[in-house]
Amino acid sequence: MSTRLAKQGRLIDRSKQVEFSFNGTKLKGFAGDTLASALLANDQMLVGRSFKYHRPRGLVASGSEEPNALVGLGVGDRFEPNQRATTTELFSGLSAVSQNHWPSLNYDIGELNSKFFSRFLTAGFYYKMFIHPRPLWKHVYEPFIRQSAGLGKAPNKELKDADTYEHFYFFADVLVIGGGVAGLQAAKTAAASGAKVLLLEEKSYWGGRTPVDGGTIEGLEAEAWVEKTLNELNAMDNVTIRNRTMASGVYDHGYVLGYERLTDHAPGQGGPRHRLWRIRASQVVTATGAIERPLSFAGNDVPGVMLAASMRDYLVNWGVTPGKKVVVATNNDDAYRTAIALHEAGVEIVRLVDARESGGGELADKARELGIRVECGRAIAKVKDGKRVTKVAICAQNGEGGAREEIEADAVAMSGGWSPVVHLWSHCGGKLIWDEAQAHFRPDPERAPTSHDGNAFVVTAGSASGPLSLSAVMADAAAAGAKAAEAAGRPAQSVAAVETSEVSEAPMEAVWFMPAKADIQLRMKTWLDYQNDVKVSDVQLAAREGYESVEHTKRYTTLGMATDQGKLSNINGLAVLADSLGAEIPQVGTTTFRPPYHPISMGAIGGEARGEIFQPLRKTPMYEWHDKNGADWEPVGHWRRPFTYLRPGESKHDAVNREVKNTRENLGLLDASTLGKLIVKGPDAGKFLDMLYTNMMSTLKPGKCRYGLMCSENGFLSDDGVVARIDDDTWLCHTTTGGADRIHAHMEEWLQTEWWDWKVYVANVTEQLAQVAVVGPNARKVLEKLNAQAGGGMDLSKEALGFMEWKDGEIGGFKARAYRISFSGELSYEIAVAASEGQAFWDALMEAGKEFGVMPYGTECLHILRAEKGFIMIGDETDGTVIPQDLGLHWALSKKKEDYIGKRAQQRSYMDNPERWQLVGLETVDGSVLPDGAYAVGQGVNANGQKNTIGRVTSTYYSANLDRGIAMGLVKHGPKRMGEVIDFPGLDGKIYKAKIVDPVFYDKEGEKQNV
Amino acid sequence: MLILECPYCGVHAEETELHGGGEAHLKRFGPGSSDDDFHDYLFMRENPRGVHLERWRHVNGCGKWFHAARCTQTLEVFATYSAQTTEPPQEVKDKISAKRPGWSWREFKG
Amino acid sequence: MSNAVSVLNGASFSGLVKVADSGLGGMITLRGDHASATLQAVVKSVTGAEVPAIRKITFGAAGAVAWMTPDELLLLVDYAEVDAVVAKLSEALAGEHHLAVNVSDARACFSVEGEAASEVIAKVAPVDLAPGKFVAGDFRRTRFSQIAAAFWLDEAGVYHVVCFRSVGEYMFNLLKTAAHPQSKVGVYA
Repeated sequence: MSTRLAKQGRLIDRSKQVEFSFNGTKLKGFAGDTLASALLANDQMLVGRSFKYHRPRGLVASGSEEPNALVGLGVGDRFEPNQRATTTELFSGLSAVSQNHWPSLNYDIGELNSKFFSRFLTAGFYYKMFIHPRPLWKHVYEPFIRQSAGLGKAPNKELKDADTYEHFYFFADVLVIGGGVAGLQAAKTAAASGAKVLLLEEKSYWGGRTPVDGGTIEGLEAEAWVEKTLNELNAMDNVTIRNRTMASGVYDHGYVLGYERLTDHAPGQGGPRHRLWRIRASQVVTATGAIERPLSFAGNDVPGVMLAASMRDYLVNWGVTPGKKVVVATNNDDAYRTAIALHEAGVEIVRLVDARESGGGELADKARELGIRVECGRAIAKVKDGKRVTKVAICAQNGEGGAREEIEADAVAMSGGWSPVVHLWSHCGGKLIWDEAQAHFRPDPERAPTSHDGNAFVVTAGSASGPLSLSAVMADAAAAGAKAAEAAGRPAQSVAAVETSEVSEAPMEAVWFMPAKADIQLRMKTWLDYQNDVKVSDVQLAAREGYESVEHTKRYTTLGMATDQGKLSNINGLAVLADSLGAEIPQVGTTTFRPPYHPISMGAIGGEARGEIFQPLRKTPMYEWHDKNGADWEPVGHWRRPFTYLRPGESKHDAVNREVKNTRENLGLLDASTLGKLIVKGPDAGKFLDMLYTNMMSTLKPGKCRYGLMCSENGFLSDDGVVARIDDDTWLCHTTTGGADRIHAHMEEWLQTEWWDWKVYVANVTEQLAQVAVVGPNARKVLEKLNAQAGGGMDLSKEALGFMEWKDGEIGGFKARAYRISFSGELSYEIAVAASEGQAFWDALMEAGKEFGVMPYGTECLHILRAEKGFIMIGDETDGTVIPQDLGLHWALSKKKEDYIGKRAQQRSYMDNPERWQLVGLETVDGSVLPDGAYAVGQGVNANGQKNTIGRVTSTYYSANLDRGIAMGLVKHGPKRMGEVIDFPGLDGKIYKAKIVDPVFYDKEGEKQNV
Repeated sequence: MLILECPYCGVHAEETELHGGGEAHLKRFGPGSSDDDFHDYLFMRENPRGVHLERWRHVNGCGKWFHAARCTQTLEVFATYSAQTTEPPQEVKDKISAKRPGWSWREFKG
Repeated sequence: MSNAVSVLNGASFSGLVKVADSGLGGMITLRGDHASATLQAVVKSVTGAEVPAIRKITFGAAGAVAWMTPDELLLLVDYAEVDAVVAKLSEALAGEHHLAVNVSDARACFSVEGEAASEVIAKVAPVDLAPGKFVAGDFRRTRFSQIAAAFWLDEAGVYHVVCFRSVGEYMFNLLKTAAHPQSKVGVYA
């Protein structure tokens, strides 16, 4: 059984007991424990069920490479699935639940299912088994797979994450990733040059695994050296240090994301939970260490089978042993350290099988001296299935697994050699080379990721470069730190050699199967990828079926996918594939490592953007007033505009109708502040506007307004609005609400990139002005009353300010610009005042307007009023494929101008085609409202057997003024078909019959606006 | 995430301050041009693996458009330069040639 | 006029730093040739400040001048004086291609004050604010999280942030969030 020992545990504080729960059971650990070490201390060998087969799974590793121990962490609005027990620091009250089992971890129905179904669940099982017959997919296979597959449960969608998150931008000359001895040394060397250094370590503690493995640096034990070096770095102004911060990805041009976990280890202390560091580094040093590889033997996934070095970590760091009788299997010397450490801690090593005929070096000698039974050229044939290790069968390595000796044991430590963590090196294009001696891929320093200047910007340090011995690691790290500093423009002083001492090791030998010629029965029980449940037999099957590319095999078998990203499985899987294909491993190559190295929270990615700052809302100066007065908000781009103003008990429909009638009969106020306002000024401004608008703007007289259309170079309508000429060389262009920034950018683009010699300046003054449309028969009266109250103001009479004219002056004491323009067909003024005075002006209008029946109106009323008049709306009648000619706006296309943006496109044969759908009015025969977006159907069917379409509805409303539905639409040959009734099938199954009519439904002569 | 130096304000802007604007040095064809010329102007774009000349706007910054000479394969940036030019200046061509001898892009060559 | 109200109407927040609405200030967009002697003279006469170098802000007795683009300056003057200053600029520059326009009401302005001010801004803007990297008199246009913004640092070590009026409330809430009392980063302060 796994248990806590009385001694050891350099990271735990035995004086501080911590209570936590696992699957509802209360358990105890110590401060400094990880959830993983605390579970082991409580003999919780079984931590989860596997992905496909629901096999019992236990801890394999001690760090972020752990594939099995994924748990649901926290409760309620802090619940989070798929958290690794090995990277979860224990805290008081921690609540974890295991995943992927039903009804319970110990008794899982899926395990039985998978025994029955397992022959279907081989590589490519989705493709092979579940395609035919089709109906079975929906009713049998999919429900079965959904029930049994998948990892953690998604959090309750009704609950919002209770925590907060943030980002932080940071710039460094040298970013060192990894706070092991190599990272510390690299940081120290780089920092000595004066470079600005950021050092990140994903764990809470520093030093990596060297304090566990032993050896001395500069005459100090590793742990003491780590402490000394940390103190030195902390004292330097040019060094920033962060633990609990994982570099999750390396991206183009030296961009790196750092994932800082601020409160995961101590929830409830306030402040953000995670901080995402958005780092830009001139140089990146990856001191990410190496990961031990599992050995491929049957039953290597039984709980209690663990990586040898991880077992040593549990012992040395947390004082925990996973077993009392341990078998060690290895192909290298490092696992002897585990055997020796366990033995010295009083754990029985029942056997050490070394696959190498020649055995190990100094460490092997020491193990023998201690009385450990070491057998060379031997292998594990099989670990007996179950919820924990009970029996281990030993055989010759160089055989098929016969002549087994079965021994009793409760844990197995395995070591298949070490692979450098190359993920961060590879994220941005760093290439790898195959190292035959170490049987691993390591970074090729000649083919590093390159940055904006074409130079390498990533350098590896320590065992991340390949070497494993302490002396080589420290030398490499010092060189890497110096190289990075120099590349960042900070040449380091000469780098002194780092003095180390260590035990020498015999060479490892690659072992890809244990035993070497394992039969199919064994291979079917030999796991490569624990997390995705991929076995040796799956990869071999893929190879037999013709999968030669490693990338294809990855997807076919799911090897190394998902959160695992091939940390444990990669090399073993490649080796099996290469062997099956009769190729060399370097020829097979590796899969692509993608960020993040280890999953990061969605909250961290979103940062502060949630709640009221999820996205910027643009508010006009009168926003608060609207909100207090019943505004039903409509998003228009990032703006919020009142759709209508609801009175108590009123429906939206009723409110809109009330506004529509009142504006036509009395007085309506619209907050039009969102309309874009661009000032265009300069000697060439007229020429410029003639190019931008389809009609002529240069001939407009100062004091006058003109409606204009803008097209893209493609000829399609892009915006419209009223242009006012302010003086000889100044125009003010109104754009649509959504168009201000876009049209401003459009103008600047043409001015900066095409006509840069034209003397034109543009300024966006949209937000400088609050603009109110004062609309209705009483519009003039209310403004004149304001002037009377103020003792004077601008003359707003018909004679002094005619239709399509503007002027500056004062209204009611406010400095204002008044435009006599109308988008409703009513007598209408648009008054612009300083935005800071917008609310005061609005208040004055509401107060003065009382006697004239004033009511504010929203965007829906605006739409209905304009539709009654047959005015088009950009975004309704246009959709990026509509040209002015389609809308009967020929009058707004200048014939005199040689050129305007879009003119040439409108001459293309497809544009100049009478078959294009054209704008008409539509009136339902029964007075009902046409469904929005409905298509009209004509004779015949298309190639898909669907009725041919001949038109569509672009705007449709109930008009309270006309008491019937009115609509506009684009119809083939529409203007020539006046009076014809055409069919619009609705989604409700009903056929709506509508008559083609003139689009102007109300006041065709335009008398109302011209009073 | 790219960094480009805005030639107008000198900021080494990360991509979130920028807006990509497609191919550089398009020659506008207006009324009177042939259908083929106009079609190519509107729709035909270079998509090279290697040296590319493109337009960017420093949208969350000084707002100016500029040109960038960049390698689409390695993301190496050879130069950024003014938008007020119909072809890359000789100095920019030389910078590209120094890194990618024998390069060509549309009618421009090293 | 007494009717004028700034977007946050003087609101403030104290956390890691003090964030405060700066109230109404006069702002003028002046587009023209920075090298023009006439322009330099009139800018100096209305603000007391020189035309700034690239990405700088200069201060004078009657206002300040910020470098916006190679052909645009932002003049900061007294809110009540804006119309008069615009008139002066227009008159002086009548013979030159230029554009002077009042944008005072189009903006929201905030001060960010305190030891951790650099860190608070570095949470939302992709700018290197390490000591010595951004100094008094520097002026930067960039992005504050999801909106365009400009900011500068004054001699007293106070940051001033400007954005569009319509997103003033977003900016205030953003800075408030970044200044949460328990969110200190601790690298610059």
